[in-house]
Amino acid sequence: MSGALTLLDRLWAMHEILLREDGTSLLWVDRHLVHEGSHHAFAKLKDRGAQVAQPALTFGIVDHYAPTRNRGTEMAPDIARMIKTLTLNAEAHGIRLFDLFDPAQGIVHVVGPEQGLTLPGLLINCGDSHTSTHGALGALAFGIGATEVAHVLATQTIWQKKPAAMRITVEGDLGPGVSAKDIALHWIAKLGVGGAQGHAVEYAGSTIRGLSIEGRMTLCNLSIEGGARFGMVAPDDTTFAYLNGRPFAPKGADWDMACAAWAELRTDPDARFDRDVNIQAADIAPTVTWGTSPEQAVPVDADIPDPATLHSGKASAALAALDYMGLSAGKPIAGTPVDQVFIGSCTNGRIEDLRAACAVLAGRKTKVPGIVSPGSALIKAQAEQEGLDRIFTDAGLEWVASGCSMCVGMNGDLVAPGKRCASSTNRNFQGRQGRGARTHLMSPAMVAAAAVTGQITDVRPLLQGRAA
Amino acid sequence: MAGWTTCTGTALLLPLDNIDTDQLIPARFMSAPRSQGYGSYLLHDLRRDANSELLADFPLNQHDGVRILVAGRNFGSGSSREAAVYTLVDAGITAVIAPSFGDIFSSNAVNNGLLPARIGADAAATLYRLLENGPTEISIDLATGRLHCGTTELRFDLQDSWRTKLINGWDDIDLTLQHAEAIRDYAKTRHSTAPWAWPTTAN
Repeated sequence: MSGALTLLDRLWAMHEILLREDGTSLLWVDRHLVHEGSHHAFAKLKDRGAQVAQPALTFGIVDHYAPTRNRGTEMAPDIARMIKTLTLNAEAHGIRLFDLFDPAQGIVHVVGPEQGLTLPGLLINCGDSHTSTHGALGALAFGIGATEVAHVLATQTIWQKKPAAMRITVEGDLGPGVSAKDIALHWIAKLGVGGAQGHAVEYAGSTIRGLSIEGRMTLCNLSIEGGARFGMVAPDDTTFAYLNGRPFAPKGADWDMACAAWAELRTDPDARFDRDVNIQAADIAPTVTWGTSPEQAVPVDADIPDPATLHSGKASAALAALDYMGLSAGKPIAGTPVDQVFIGSCTNGRIEDLRAACAVLAGRKTKVPGIVSPGSALIKAQAEQEGLDRIFTDAGLEWVASGCSMCVGMNGDLVAPGKRCASSTNRNFQGRQGRGARTHLMSPAMVAAAAVTGQITDVRPLLQGRAA
Repeated sequence: MAGWTTCTGTALLLPLDNIDTDQLIPARFMSAPRSQGYGSYLLHDLRRDANSELLADFPLNQHDGVRILVAGRNFGSGSSREAAVYTLVDAGITAVIAPSFGDIFSSNAVNNGLLPARIGADAAATLYRLLENGPTEISIDLATGRLHCGTTELRFDLQDSWRTKLINGWDDIDLTLQHAEAIRDYAKTRHSTAPWAWPTTAN
């Protein structure tokens, strides 16, 4: 290789086994994460009589259908069958499974980094679009469909055309009450949900360098909502400090060797991107969605836009979204009453997210019900050690076990038709949290503010005089 | 998977943007085995009332035998759920024509013989006009990258590798296994140069 390279170039080259004439690469997969939803892929493998090529590089996690309440008691037949199917497939193929009762169980994109299964310089696949999360540690990570999952199981490789490179640079200090979630909703609102289609996004700049690994994961997680299958941040000392001592991370001489290799994973100063976007952190306010697409978002102190003023191609979708959401154009988004709240998910279910919500909730009571589902059992235990669970329950929220829960509703944690939920999750699609459910995406701190006031609320005044 | 080169069939206009994967198939149906067929789940909550009865005023419910959907931008955005593609394929759809698609959806579509045909804004406007009064026959030619609706000819975009795959109906696993030696060599080199890339086995 010669010339200036991007992080994407380096990660791609490290994993390329061969390049086909049509421009498609065969890539080596270092980690393959499967969950209950991978049942179609295992069925395809069975149909072929094929085996898992690299069981030691394959890990299973129960998350999408994981019950968050009364775990261990009788489950709904469909849910029990999905979990059983994964268990049987993991056993049959010799795959390490983080099952429902594993002390490290949790959401796949939380558990991977937490266990040190996710490392810089790895290629990571999972049959879930939010696999982009793992790019926060400098991995090449992307979500795949069932046919591709079956392919990775059978060959430990994947065919993929190299995406175009895009860089989103964020500079400066974030204001109080503004977090990684707001950076993501801000850029998606600015560029649109198709804004990064066909691209891998590298996040750079002083704001990103200043984010914790948790914050970087939130940002990379939401890349797919802006159309990017990949999100990534170059690894740095923050990354190494996060990983050191994690159960599956390298140890001893391997650790030193790894750190030396990881330090090379960066974009050269003069490397060129197919698209460069610059954002000032000071321009980002706590941001909240008003519609049914993540791009339909505004600063919390703004009005719900009038579809007539939007780009002509977006007016009809905005009208339909307002109708579904039961909202009126031109009114402030703040003050919109909510029926319930949800804190959790692979987007915002990590310890830092729970702390941010508690900074608002401490000593206050909520006006609406809601549930809090930590991203993993280990985060749940840590939060309990810190007394966060008591802050949530004293405020009036329900503290439940870990899983995808109300983000996708597969486990039965649903929002009822017509009900409005302030949610720390990733998708406000029609019916995402249940048929007819109305979802407003926002940061965990903003969800906490909505819980306290019973309406969409600017969190900033509620944080005054408090350590956020 | 059988390959195909041309497709002629009834095309229906669904002039909605952001028809995401959660609308294509709500999550609650995804535990069903594929052998049961996914066609009845297609756009379930848009097409059906709370009792799962078809809504008379939804375009897809007014016409039988639709093979081609013409939709708005950002079709199939969202989840990686391949079940979204299964609902279309099992309902008899061979191609979706739209100004843009979710990246993962497109890959999944091609892996199941479903064409995600991307058209420019002008072509989309033309097609919407041609179809706004009801379903119309469209013929698609993968080899030339062109489609015909009456006397109108329009171009669509498709990655070359996807074109080849749709035409040949290739099975990727079979293709990949032809490179078994290259994969073995790669893995050996990776293991010796980056031993840290293997998970520690203490667990």
